[in-house]
Amino acid sequence: MSFWQRLPSKLHSFQAVGVPSRTVRPQTRIFLPRIRNVSTGVPMRSDFVKDLELQLKAMREKAAAALPGSEWTPFEVRHGLPPERVDVLIIGGGVVGWSIAYWLKRKTGPRKALRVLVVEKDPTYSQSSTVLSAGGIRQQFSLTENIQLSLASADFLKNINEHLSVLNEDPVDLQFNHSGYLFLASEKGAHIMEANYETQRHVGAKVKLLSPAQLKDMFPWINTDGVALASYGLENEGWFDPWTLLSALRRKALSMGVEQCLGEVTGFRYGVHSVENRELGRLQIRGITHTNIQMPNSIEVQPVESTVVINAAGANSGKVAKMVGIGLGPDDMISGISIPVEPRKRYIYVVHCPDGPGMDTPFLIDYSGVYFRREGLGANYITGVSPEETEEPDITNLDVDHEFFKDKIWPELAYRVPAFESLKVTSAWAGFYDYNTFDQNGLLGIHPLVRNMYFATGFSGHGLQQSPAVGRAVAELILDGGYKTLDLSALDIKRIIYEERVLESNIV
Amino acid sequence: MQVTRQTCQRVLWLGTRRYLSATPASQPTVISRFLLWLSQNFHDVEPLLNWSTTLRNRVVRRKNLFYGYAQRRYGENIAAAYYILSLKGAFRFAGQTEWFRPNDRGRFSYDFMSFPAATIEEIDLSGTPINCNGLDNLVTQVHLRRLTLRGCPEVDGWFLSRLHAFSESLEELDISHCPRITTGALCALIHLRKLKLLDISSLSSLQNPGLVHILIEEMLPHCLVTGTGYSQGLSSEDRMQTNSTAGLKAQATQPQAEENGQTSVQRHGEMH
Repeated sequence: MSFWQRLPSKLHSFQAVGVPSRTVRPQTRIFLPRIRNVSTGVPMRSDFVKDLELQLKAMREKAAAALPGSEWTPFEVRHGLPPERVDVLIIGGGVVGWSIAYWLKRKTGPRKALRVLVVEKDPTYSQSSTVLSAGGIRQQFSLTENIQLSLASADFLKNINEHLSVLNEDPVDLQFNHSGYLFLASEKGAHIMEANYETQRHVGAKVKLLSPAQLKDMFPWINTDGVALASYGLENEGWFDPWTLLSALRRKALSMGVEQCLGEVTGFRYGVHSVENRELGRLQIRGITHTNIQMPNSIEVQPVESTVVINAAGANSGKVAKMVGIGLGPDDMISGISIPVEPRKRYIYVVHCPDGPGMDTPFLIDYSGVYFRREGLGANYITGVSPEETEEPDITNLDVDHEFFKDKIWPELAYRVPAFESLKVTSAWAGFYDYNTFDQNGLLGIHPLVRNMYFATGFSGHGLQQSPAVGRAVAELILDGGYKTLDLSALDIKRIIYEERVLESNIV
Repeated sequence: MQVTRQTCQRVLWLGTRRYLSATPASQPTVISRFLLWLSQNFHDVEPLLNWSTTLRNRVVRRKNLFYGYAQRRYGENIAAAYYILSLKGAFRFAGQTEWFRPNDRGRFSYDFMSFPAATIEEIDLSGTPINCNGLDNLVTQVHLRRLTLRGCPEVDGWFLSRLHAFSESLEELDISHCPRITTGALCALIHLRKLKLLDISSLSSLQNPGLVHILIEEMLPHCLVTGTGYSQGLSSEDRMQTNSTAGLKAQATQPQAEENGQTSVQRHGEMH
């Protein structure tokens, strides 16, 4: 028997001798902590072993993750990086870009998986022309191509739930207002309006001409002084919510497997080779191999390899084209002709007028250029006008000039609709047009100097209403090599090199 | 197989077209709930559900085809009449009192073929899948005076905007219980200058029906607009209840109105 085992009995004998028990018990208490002190080394050792075990486990996991087939890399990876290789890269996640993405996927189907990436620099769409537009759709153009584009888009919007419905999601409600466009022409513009009317009827748009008396009968709140003729759209015209269309296109495209990436295109990597052309002489043809995408709030740049690049950057598409070298050559050569698309600022004012016209308000465009339409049912209207070429506002920001309303819009508006004498401006915003300074119409197709960059830009304010049909046309160009449903060769981008303008004849 | 298709359609109805019904949907059957659960948990069921949508769309499109051959062979009136009857609708020729109408099984006699020169004056297409493409068959009937489209699931703004073809003749229009008609759709009625009677009751996707009612009366001053109001969709008992409690409510809301007045004054002050 050891000393320790015998101890209690000895203590007991001490107690029996007459030593007070209080003095004895502390001794045993001191004794027990001693054992604890001795054992402190053991937990330390076990901690180390346990840590080692954990670390070994982590190492094992990492090793398993580093095996081929897993996504682990030894470096810190940023989330939201675009893939390194795609088939089609679309620059610009506006309504045109997403429409092209949708049609590319729709035309190829899920089996022949085409890898499509949409690059958008601003996920909030705070400066996007799509969502800052007035949201109108009309067929009252003078160019056959524009009328056809708009008719095809109206057909798309008509069947929008067949095109863009996603399973287990709510159906798309565009909030379409079938109120039509009403164009007013003065004595000077009446013959142009009649000629346009003939074209529109011929292409298939449902438009009606009204005399001033008929106009007064239909819309008693209009002052018909100075109006010689009016044309009113009967079908497929009106306005809708641009944001709903954009998000529906995006939702559908994403559900079909289109990838999106938040980032800004900062440059391209391209190869150059020289080609002899019979018409245009010796050309330096470029072929884009990589697109550099800069991540938001970062200096990280990811090059993305792609077969086809689509420039649907709207107001910034001229800037994007310069990155490939379009327009940087000498002035007298083809390489010196830049893409004639630049941002132009347009104001839209929201006015409140309790005495204003009611539910019969069409999207009215006066011969002075001033337009207005109803917004909701609470006697609110939105209005605006395109400024003169010489008075274009500064485009560095989106600030609104309220003097412009007082000087240019209000007098015309109050003259046309006397009830607007007593209106009150409640709000205003500004947006950019992707203004085509060459001829104010869309630019489609491949640029002759860049082998694989397609353009879909320069719609000068008609982009939203033509986007569904434009998306289909560009998808046909890429996948079928030519236009199949609508022949849009008149809007081909080559016309800026041949200097053949395709102009709308406006009554404004 | 048929049961599966029906339940597929039912799930789809619940899943994608919930907004169509004004009243809350009744408890679905076990099979529909099982299919719903399947579609929520397994992606493989999605193509099946997508097919059922495509099939339904195809049926609607097929029923609204343009009867060009009939129009060339037998004339516009016969083609229009045949289209209406094949949709299980009814019509009446001008100058006749007798209605042509298919029986319960959709069968109809071809007696109307003996009046190739008669134009159609009244059409009743209640509950049929007519859509804007189907109107191609009817736009030739420029003497149409009365059109009833009660409870048509495919009638929407695009449909109403095509009614301008009847602007010189149409006097009575009933578009009540059509689930897809919104405020923007009703704007298209401005072309119907001859309209005398319009029924817009129980439009489930119409917001602010009372205000829209007033605005439509303003837009069509010669037309009697019926059937809408804030009490729409209530049963007769509910309406009785609201009438009896209206007096109490008026008393109760008075202080609230005063409060609202105060706050609006305050807001006014802040704005200036």
